[in-house]
Amino acid sequence: MAFEGLADRLQSTIKKITGKGKVTEQDVKEMTREVRLALLEADVNYKVVKDLIKNIKERAVGQEVMESLTPGQQVIKVVKEELTDLMGGEQSKIAVADRAPTVIMMVGLQGAGKTTTSGKLANLLRKQHNRKPLLVACDVYRPAAIQQLETLGQQLDMPVFSMGTDANPVDIAKQAMVKAKEEHHDYVIIDTAGRLHVDEELMGELQQIKTEVDPHEIYLVVDSMTGQDAVNVAESFNEQLDITGVVLTKLDGDTRGGAALSIKAVTDKPIKFAGMGEKLDELEAFHPDRMASRILGMGDVLSLIEKAQTNVDEKQAKELEEKMRTMSFTLDDFLEQMGQVKNMGPLEDLMNMIPGANKMKGLKNAQFDEKQLAHVEAIIQSMTKKERQDPSIMNASRKKRVAKGSGTNVSQVNRLLKQFEEMKKMMKQMTNMQKGKKGKKGMKLPFM
Amino acid sequence: MGFMDKLRNKFQRGQEDVEEVSDKYKEGMKKSRQTFSGKINDLLAKYRKVDEDFFEELEEVLISADTGVSTVMDLIDELKMEVKRQKMKDTSEMKDVISEKLVEIYYGDDDQEIESLAIQKGELSVILVVGVNGAGKTTSIGKLAHQLKQDGKKVMLAAGDTFRAGAIEQLEVWGERIGVDVVKQTAGSDPAAVIFDGIKSAKSKQADVLICDTAGRLQNKVNLMNELAKVKRVIAKEIPNAPHEVLLVLDATTGQNALSQAKVFAEATDVTGIVLTKLDGTAKGGIVLAIRNELQIPVKFVGLGEGVNDLRPFDAHAFVYGLFADLLEKE
Repeated sequence: MAFEGLADRLQSTIKKITGKGKVTEQDVKEMTREVRLALLEADVNYKVVKDLIKNIKERAVGQEVMESLTPGQQVIKVVKEELTDLMGGEQSKIAVADRAPTVIMMVGLQGAGKTTTSGKLANLLRKQHNRKPLLVACDVYRPAAIQQLETLGQQLDMPVFSMGTDANPVDIAKQAMVKAKEEHHDYVIIDTAGRLHVDEELMGELQQIKTEVDPHEIYLVVDSMTGQDAVNVAESFNEQLDITGVVLTKLDGDTRGGAALSIKAVTDKPIKFAGMGEKLDELEAFHPDRMASRILGMGDVLSLIEKAQTNVDEKQAKELEEKMRTMSFTLDDFLEQMGQVKNMGPLEDLMNMIPGANKMKGLKNAQFDEKQLAHVEAIIQSMTKKERQDPSIMNASRKKRVAKGSGTNVSQVNRLLKQFEEMKKMMKQMTNMQKGKKGKKGMKLPFM
Repeated sequence: MGFMDKLRNKFQRGQEDVEEVSDKYKEGMKKSRQTFSGKINDLLAKYRKVDEDFFEELEEVLISADTGVSTVMDLIDELKMEVKRQKMKDTSEMKDVISEKLVEIYYGDDDQEIESLAIQKGELSVILVVGVNGAGKTTSIGKLAHQLKQDGKKVMLAAGDTFRAGAIEQLEVWGERIGVDVVKQTAGSDPAAVIFDGIKSAKSKQADVLICDTAGRLQNKVNLMNELAKVKRVIAKEIPNAPHEVLLVLDATTGQNALSQAKVFAEATDVTGIVLTKLDGTAKGGIVLAIRNELQIPVKFVGLGEGVNDLRPFDAHAFVYGLFADLLEKE
């Protein structure tokens, strides 16, 4: 889970302070030191950390906290606000040109994920915005980079413009524009070769392409695992090309992703998208506010709901919601949902979006094996209707029968039943939280 | 003779190969050296007195080089003790101590030789190459194969990245470029099967070395890590003691996550060495310090440029020299 370490760390630090009636200056000092270390370990740029800590300290020591009735909560609020500020304001949209086509140029270091992201972006434009993009293969240097984009084009059934490896990238971009206009593409996505930001010759080539096609967006693709150097890279690309946005890739890894926090602070350019997986539909809009919640362990319910909406049809979603709310969720529903959940992506990702899930015992490091899903299916299908409605009647002999019928063993059956119970508990937590929201009490942080 | 003198002597002996290697390092590491050593020098000039502010800024210099945070904290604590012990007040006295301590972390206690590949004599050696997406596995394989071929070895490649679009083609282009055979199947086939084929084919063609490419994978994807472990088992079943090398390719621009990568990949595949790529950018190389310090996995190769000859055996001496050349030459 992205930022997991940071969330854990902040939580354990803040735990010491929450509940205290009074926050002393010493407390604040101790906490900011921990926050600082955690941020540095998360690869947040040290200069950005410095500013952030300074702000938190000032506000925490100031009247805002000292004189509030709940200083502990106040400190958390300060940290969260500063984090949200750091990551930038609201999400921003993709440009739309007055006269089509809108041109998007993808730039970045080698191996950041430009080609894959180009494919994902084209897919997103078609799927969510109903556009007709043209992909352009301008990476003539890396062996088989053009084939890679062409293969992605085939997978997506999307046209790819290429002129082989002997052509000049500037010419390719120029020709692509002609073709895009002829064939009435409303978006042109130009995939460029990876290059070091200090490579003057290749950076010059990007500037030439920019002059030639006059792009509406220039996205810098950055690997979310990048360390302190992310800031140098972003600064340099921004200076030379005046980028319009950033795409963070590989955010489905376990990187703490601190680089993300600093890039906006240093370049003042928004992070627009995040690559969340290897599949071509796993490019998501970047939400700074949600990400800040996630950092503080508040979960990301909004993303979860959105994900469900794009993958589950509305009627079914309503039913699910109703069942979650009324707690009448049975193993039958569980089985039915499993098929849909599978469409929503890896279970792990979903769990990470549920508030407090990373704090739950046994779930924190739980790994979800897609193969296990098959076992689960078999187990549930081996149960009688009555058992599925009310799993509490499962006694030893029933369990034995089910295990035999599903080709599993009793401990696996037990595990499933336990997991089902925990899931129900979690749903209760979620629905309670939403009720709280309706009552205008505000969302309660799980760690308070 | 002081430690730094020893180091300097090593590079002033005038041996041609040493000079050539160190030149390459100096060139590739120019950016790192300028920023890293430059900063330490700035720091020493700026602060006359050894105080808390000085240590804080030193800490920042080290962290900005992606040196592991815990490594830096330990180092600063040690330095503080040293300052107390030797009653140092002036920062100019600190220079030697700082560089020595840093170098110590690179070296460990013993005098390390260049870590060479475990190539078997008279039989097939299998090298498995693993890493996260975009680290530079396929490119490193191309360069490594070229190098081994130059050394007179018969090299073959197995296109085990059956997942990423264009990965097989990319390896094939390298194969043509350097003139080695590539064993492949269609995209989407089982990587273990491709590598199994590779071993059979390499055996029958009496190749010396088979280098196996694998798809990039993030280390927290359990299924994909299991797949990698399976690939390794398949290799071991065909040839006992194989793979003889498991090289983890790490991007030098990676931050603290490189440690997690090294840890998890080592658990799944018993990594025997690291290939550190893209060190010719502004990446500071500090992550090597952290990896060597915390995981004891040797770095075997370093990518210092885009050319086919720019993959160099990792030479701790040359590396340290590149990093600290400014400091040494000014003494």
